[in-house]
Amino acid sequence: MTHTKFTRSGLVAAGTSTMLVLAACSSGATDETPSGDALSGAVVIDGSSTVAPLTEVAVELFAAVQPDVRISVGVSGTGGGFEKFCNGETDISEASRPIKDEEAQRCADAGIGFVQLGLANDGLAVVVNPENTWAQCLTVEEVSSMWRPDSPVDSWADVRDGFPDEPIALFGPGSDSGTFDFFTDEVNGDSGAIRSDYNDIGEDDSAAILGVSGATGATAFIPLSFVNEAGGQIKAIEIVNDNGDCVAPSLETVLTGEYSPLGRQLFVYPSDVALEKPQVLAFLEYYINNQAEIAELAGFIPLNEDQEAEALERLNSLIDG
Amino acid sequence: MATSKRTTMAVDAAKATTQKLYKSGVDIKGELFRAVLLLSIIVAVGMLGSLIAYVIWRGWDRLDWNLFVNNPSSIFLDTAGFAPAIVGTIYVMLGVLVTVVPIGVSAAIYLEEYADRTRWYNRLVEVNIQNLAAVPSIVFGILGLAFVVRGWLNLGFVAFAGSLTLAMMVLPTVIIASREAIRAVPPLIRQASYGLGATRWQTIRHNVLPAATPGIITGTILAMSRAIGETAPLLLVGATTFVLFTPESPFEGAYSAIPVQIFQWAARPQDEFRILAAAGAIVLLVLLLAMNSVAIWIRARLTKDT
Repeated sequence: MTHTKFTRSGLVAAGTSTMLVLAACSSGATDETPSGDALSGAVVIDGSSTVAPLTEVAVELFAAVQPDVRISVGVSGTGGGFEKFCNGETDISEASRPIKDEEAQRCADAGIGFVQLGLANDGLAVVVNPENTWAQCLTVEEVSSMWRPDSPVDSWADVRDGFPDEPIALFGPGSDSGTFDFFTDEVNGDSGAIRSDYNDIGEDDSAAILGVSGATGATAFIPLSFVNEAGGQIKAIEIVNDNGDCVAPSLETVLTGEYSPLGRQLFVYPSDVALEKPQVLAFLEYYINNQAEIAELAGFIPLNEDQEAEALERLNSLIDG
Repeated sequence: MATSKRTTMAVDAAKATTQKLYKSGVDIKGELFRAVLLLSIIVAVGMLGSLIAYVIWRGWDRLDWNLFVNNPSSIFLDTAGFAPAIVGTIYVMLGVLVTVVPIGVSAAIYLEEYADRTRWYNRLVEVNIQNLAAVPSIVFGILGLAFVVRGWLNLGFVAFAGSLTLAMMVLPTVIIASREAIRAVPPLIRQASYGLGATRWQTIRHNVLPAATPGIITGTILAMSRAIGETAPLLLVGATTFVLFTPESPFEGAYSAIPVQIFQWAARPQDEFRILAAAGAIVLLVLLLAMNSVAIWIRARLTKDT
């Protein structure tokens, strides 16, 4: 069942409060018609279910500009999406992690060229119970000591000297999730490497919040968008980045890249063949040019200026090449 | 011989039981059995009823016309609808109907009227059909992906590929039900037809099939009802969740289907989507009831005629 990759970091923030500003946002976005020509034809998109809510918003806004372009968005998961993509069955693949070497190789074998476009930011937060007063800031090594395969750690006292002897309860998503892939890769050094005795909450990130709020020593990793949603039930702890600074996860710190290594970009991969179709190109240009509105509507963190410029540049490089 | 012996035994046993109960006056076992049966009915109907009550309660706020005429939306959650999914499901189900009925009924006629059951290959076919009915639906999805979407037929991710995949899945149901219906046609009818000089095919065409049709329709209703709610195989053969248009035709372009749409929306974090998923379950129920009503109406007409 590799086709289900839920991390649900998606649309959380696009709840009721965002609905109020919707009219303004969408009309603002649709005014920017990229070109005068009416396009038609199909665009087939598939891949990560984390990225799908973002792309769906882009598709909806784009449909107001080019109503005759028929775009479909599937959710086969990041891996399942790349499988179809390298089979030449889709035009654009969505991914909540960069393409793996073996996936890139399969595309190369099939003669399919592609480019990676980052279109929004997202972050992973390590959360603890609000009554946990000792863990304010952890290094990646300390987080890993709790989560790595066969870890003997079962008390906070084992994580760092001076921490109280409070039993640790671990909650995290299952192996189908892109969030799981990303966390295990960044924290334990290998995608999928994790101790086997944590509480696997499957795809339901809200269950991790419930679990952590129920036990003083509990901890979990969840998409950043869920932290705000959960209110005071849990608190996100700071993570030491490469510069040795303790950084709390937030919109700003993910955007500036300070929140590292658990900040991530969400990607789409168009193929070179697909970019020869004018409707695919027009859609991607629209997606990048309106990424800020799209990310806000979908509850993600928009790209900063550098990232947006890079995405446009990469798109152009593939067209020229 | 064996049958008559068994019948004699059964009649004796029934007689003995009746006499015993008659003597004792109170039918304790009978009453107990009745209570157990009643309990079973209550459990079955109660579960279905509470499920329906729950989705109606959950989806009540979104039970409006938008649900049927609007496109899905990730921006305007309060007015998002199932329109492309409804059309997609209708396409898929029509495809299932036109493939599964001719193939299923033909197979049943062959197995009942022509096949020599002493031949090993006919027995093999029979065993296989029984087993196919127990294969998990996801396996048919993989099969559909390998041979219908890609591979031999190479149809691509289109609605008709979904139809063929679901048709494979429900074919055993149609075959088994049709065989039962054909078998239930009294041998006297066949013998009378032969007696009047009809050929085997004429007998089947004019006597056996019309008599078996109500039973065949019942089997088809069961099969279609199972197919319409199926999600897993459709996910594999490419039913997408977000299309803002109805598919061009069953043979071209992306399509969506109601169960797939429900499945995806139920897993989204926003409550609006979950309400929408519950409302979608009601849409699916309405479509299912409409489909079955037509079939039942046809069956009632046919039963009256014959």
